[in-house]
Amino acid sequence: MNCGAIKQKLAASGAQAVTETEYARKGFALDVQVAPEQLVAAVSVLDAEGFFIEAVTGVDWLGEQAALRKEAEAKAAAEAKAKADAAAAAGEEVPAAAPPAEQGELAEDVLEAVYDFNHYDGLCRVTVRTRVPRSKPEVPTISQIYPGADWHERETHDFFGIIFVGHPYLVPLLLPEDADYHPLLKDFRP
Amino acid sequence: MSAFAKSEANETFVLNLGPQHPATHGVLRVKLTMDGEYIVEAEPVLGYIHRMHEKMGENRTWAQFLPNTGRMDYLHALAYNHGYVSVVERAAGIEVPERAEYLRVITAELNRVSSHLLWFGAFILDLGGFSPLLYAFDDREHILDLLESVTGSRLTYCYFRFGGVYNDIDDNFVPGTRAFIKRLRERMPMYHNLVTKNIILMKRLQEVGPISAEMCRKYGATGPVCRGSGINFDVRKHEPYSVYPEFDFDVPVYDQCDSMARYMVRMDEIEQSLRIIEQGLDKLPEGPVMAEKVPKIIKPAKGDYYHAVETARGSFGVRVVSDGSNTPYRLKLRSPTFSNLSLFGEACQGMLLPDALALMGSLDLVIPEIDR
Repeated sequence: MNCGAIKQKLAASGAQAVTETEYARKGFALDVQVAPEQLVAAVSVLDAEGFFIEAVTGVDWLGEQAALRKEAEAKAAAEAKAKADAAAAAGEEVPAAAPPAEQGELAEDVLEAVYDFNHYDGLCRVTVRTRVPRSKPEVPTISQIYPGADWHERETHDFFGIIFVGHPYLVPLLLPEDADYHPLLKDFRP
Repeated sequence: MSAFAKSEANETFVLNLGPQHPATHGVLRVKLTMDGEYIVEAEPVLGYIHRMHEKMGENRTWAQFLPNTGRMDYLHALAYNHGYVSVVERAAGIEVPERAEYLRVITAELNRVSSHLLWFGAFILDLGGFSPLLYAFDDREHILDLLESVTGSRLTYCYFRFGGVYNDIDDNFVPGTRAFIKRLRERMPMYHNLVTKNIILMKRLQEVGPISAEMCRKYGATGPVCRGSGINFDVRKHEPYSVYPEFDFDVPVYDQCDSMARYMVRMDEIEQSLRIIEQGLDKLPEGPVMAEKVPKIIKPAKGDYYHAVETARGSFGVRVVSDGSNTPYRLKLRSPTFSNLSLFGEACQGMLLPDALALMGSLDLVIPEIDR
């Protein structure tokens, strides 16, 4: 079991980014970011390497774009202030504060589907992530590769409303059979 | 055409097993499509005891979630405690004193023995033998007494804290545990004579309920289920956590893939756990049971973290996503029997109904842990 070789193969399968993480700090060895279209290819690589599926879940990143913009604005403001301070200290004329840059519409927030894979003979936990827009959360199913993903995907659909395209039986698993709400969304109100 | 010839029409019928049925050990329902006594299709229906622990986690501080962990797998609550405190300690970078880690391992292994004893009694009860349950509960009672004196509760323990354990053991714990180990070691041959070598049990379990290694992999089965299929996978050895590397113990693996193999794995695990507890008591270092500089309000750094532990039923993993605040942003609980049960539908096809119940018993289901 060689994590490095698997990293190569995953990168070759079209993953957007494959990062080696520090296992002792994070608890997993490879962090793989893929586009939804490349998910099946990446999971097929792991299947061929003999990985087993640990879990499928989601994360709702509601408000992430706004937070990123706020962070960028704060950074820009801090830089401008530092510049002004430096200028004042040097006795130069303080330049007028630049008007805040015109910013377009916020990009849409995303839902992230997270897949955990592990290997029976070697320490190499692989986390595969794929991001989809909140308004159209569609991810291809991997239940034809791993039948065990069937239930995990149903659970993720229950909690986040992520639609696993091609899933044979995407009905509520843990929630009541007529549930039309997704409780782990950050804007869910009971 | 004789009167007994099979007609063209579909002669299957649907049988509802549960949600209130003693063989499902809780509120699990299985929709069975039957052809006479044979199962054509089985569809487990979950969610009857779903409490949304993951959402509860997002609504309280890191420490406030601790009692929840003991209420998922109530038979091996300390392992769930261990998984959760470990992932938060990993995220927040908290060091745990050695004595606390030893106490964690000793109590978690005692809890594993009590879980296996309850499974042993209930499993034989599923198969129609009543008296082993009484023997197993007699032994289990001693563990509950020991753990009660340390943790303060008998079932839904909440003993571990970030940075250590809640209190030190009392004077009676070490001699009491040693006496219990001696007692259980004397009782194990009786269990094997009474139950394991029983011809009825052998006929019910041997070569019944096959689960291949490939099926385990495709469904993500862990714990005694995969070890009964010849896969040597135990989180305690595979990605050692806590002070497990300092103990000398074996991982029992059987490759017959049948219900008997899973039975034997658990029976052997009881003995291995006793070995771990004994070594732990021998080596138990002096010192504090709680790290000194643990902040009152935990705020792990941004990012996501994973930690897995070996419970009595398999690998329990916690993934936390922290946004740097005092509450988890996301808390994913990966419970082992969820995956172990998901293979039941495929494994029991074509089996006789009583054999399928034996297979279900050998999976060691705890429903609150599946539904969470």
